[in-house]
Amino acid sequence: MIEFRDVTKKYPDGTVAVDELNLTVEAGTITVFVGPSGCGKTTSLRMVNRMIDPSAGEVLIDGEDVRKSDPALLRRGIGYVIQQAGLFPHRTVLDNVATVPLLSGWTKAKARTRAAELLETVGLPAEMGKRFPAQLSGGQQQRVGVARALAADPPILLMDEPFSAVDPVVREGLQDELLRLQGELDKTIVFVTHDIDEAVRLGEKVAVFRQGGVLAQYDAPAEILARPADDFVSDFVGRDRGYRGLSFVDNEGLPIGQVDTVLVGGAHSPSQQWTLVLVDGDKPRGWLAPGSTVDGEWTTADALAGGSLYTRGTPLRGALDAALSSPAGLGVVVDDAGAYAGVVTAEEVLKVIESRRETAE
Amino acid sequence: MIFSNMIDWLTNGANWQGPEGIPTRVGEHVYYAVLAVLVASAVAVPLGLFVGHTGRGAVFVVAISNALRALPTLGLVTLFVLLLGLGDWPVLIGLIILAVPPILSGTYAGVQDVDRGVIDAARGMGMTGWQRLWKVEVPNALPLLIGGVRSAVLQVVATVAVAAFVGLGGLGRILLSGQKTYKFEVMLGAAVLIALLAVVLDQIIAAIQRLVVPKGLTVAAKAAAPTRGGK
Repeated sequence: MIEFRDVTKKYPDGTVAVDELNLTVEAGTITVFVGPSGCGKTTSLRMVNRMIDPSAGEVLIDGEDVRKSDPALLRRGIGYVIQQAGLFPHRTVLDNVATVPLLSGWTKAKARTRAAELLETVGLPAEMGKRFPAQLSGGQQQRVGVARALAADPPILLMDEPFSAVDPVVREGLQDELLRLQGELDKTIVFVTHDIDEAVRLGEKVAVFRQGGVLAQYDAPAEILARPADDFVSDFVGRDRGYRGLSFVDNEGLPIGQVDTVLVGGAHSPSQQWTLVLVDGDKPRGWLAPGSTVDGEWTTADALAGGSLYTRGTPLRGALDAALSSPAGLGVVVDDAGAYAGVVTAEEVLKVIESRRETAE
Repeated sequence: MIFSNMIDWLTNGANWQGPEGIPTRVGEHVYYAVLAVLVASAVAVPLGLFVGHTGRGAVFVVAISNALRALPTLGLVTLFVLLLGLGDWPVLIGLIILAVPPILSGTYAGVQDVDRGVIDAARGMGMTGWQRLWKVEVPNALPLLIGGVRSAVLQVVATVAVAAFVGLGGLGRILLSGQKTYKFEVMLGAAVLIALLAVVLDQIIAAIQRLVVPKGLTVAAKAAAPTRGGK
């Protein structure tokens, strides 16, 4: 558990980076600090491992004031991941990961064995350990950065905009990976970002900071989207917050219908309704418009590209998006294995949302 | 012809013997040059590391380097001889002062150039100041540091030759005696030997550089360089 008690950071020139911050980060959770630049989120994070000391107030880890610890020793017990990873260019990937165990006096052999395990944990092949950081992609470097932070198995992980320098597709992969890792490792993670989507996606709790280092709201992400504390928070979480909020609405009561399907390569008599094209037996591939005909067998080229797929049992945001992005107006529902399970309409999704609103009131 | 005369002079066995012979002069030349660069390194490297690591005195380092670079080579050496009298040490002090700026600014720039994110990560993982210096800053500063030493060597080898005017040994002596006796082939031969010596010393340090600079940095430099030609 990390506690900020009346923490203020004021610089000699009078700038207030953090203003009387009171906040408790629960053990074993991902807590995200989010806000525009200059809001004190990074400063607050860096006060946990004493990269910055507060001018007033105290930061406690499990009840102990961090300023009672030697900075170097304190930091070896706290994982630290930064933007662009900050890997040591002169060391191999394996030795980068082994850094903290080596500082803590492990033997070289033991530290390297541990480092090799960690590469696997973060989803990198063991051979990559022999390479140098310059030979890795940005996403791979960031994975190594996470492995390096985890090397000494610290209970706390501080992550300062770790994924903001990689492209959006890679970023999403890294976010998924972090959530998967956290499921296994159960660390206390403080994660700083300026991206509200990232905050909402990763955080069990989200702390929204505003300029001048003031904590504007500290809550579960669904609460922040549904009930922003003030105009600043409401502006910051943006116009799409209603839609984003669906990420936290479960799909209970959502009816799933069926449509005609046709297998690629199979014969199909023309239908007056939208028909879903399947490949490999049960994987949705695209749509055939009502009344469309071709000579001979159907091929994938005859199908209209499908919309996004909605995995059964996940929040309603995916269901609505699937329905809206489908040329047929029918969102394709798949099971965990990606096999066709049915369809939903936007109307049905909205009905569920409406009924939830009624029961909530 | 001057060139064939020079070859005759260089291949004449008599010129390769005795206290005035070519090997003796080359030996002296190397001795003075290496001594000056070693002493200069002993001063400039720790100072450059300190300034680069702490960030304190950076303005001082830049100012001193530029001021020392602006000093005329021969004038400096002559000044010390006039101040301290004839002898090896007055001349050597001048040479050391000449060798300091490139090594100092190379070392400082090497440490200063280390990516700020790398330094932040080193601190954040719990390295002490000394660990950060030796495990991160020094290895990453080596290419620029050694680059500074190489340019110091080139400068000092050239200046040792000129310092024969104020009595220092080395290949400059041969150059001078050739001038006094109007034997231009001897002057040319000495000049060629000095140039060769500079190239050989530079290549020796280049080889040391390849040995001590961490492989990861060579890889990174190649990755960062604009691709030339194919591949």
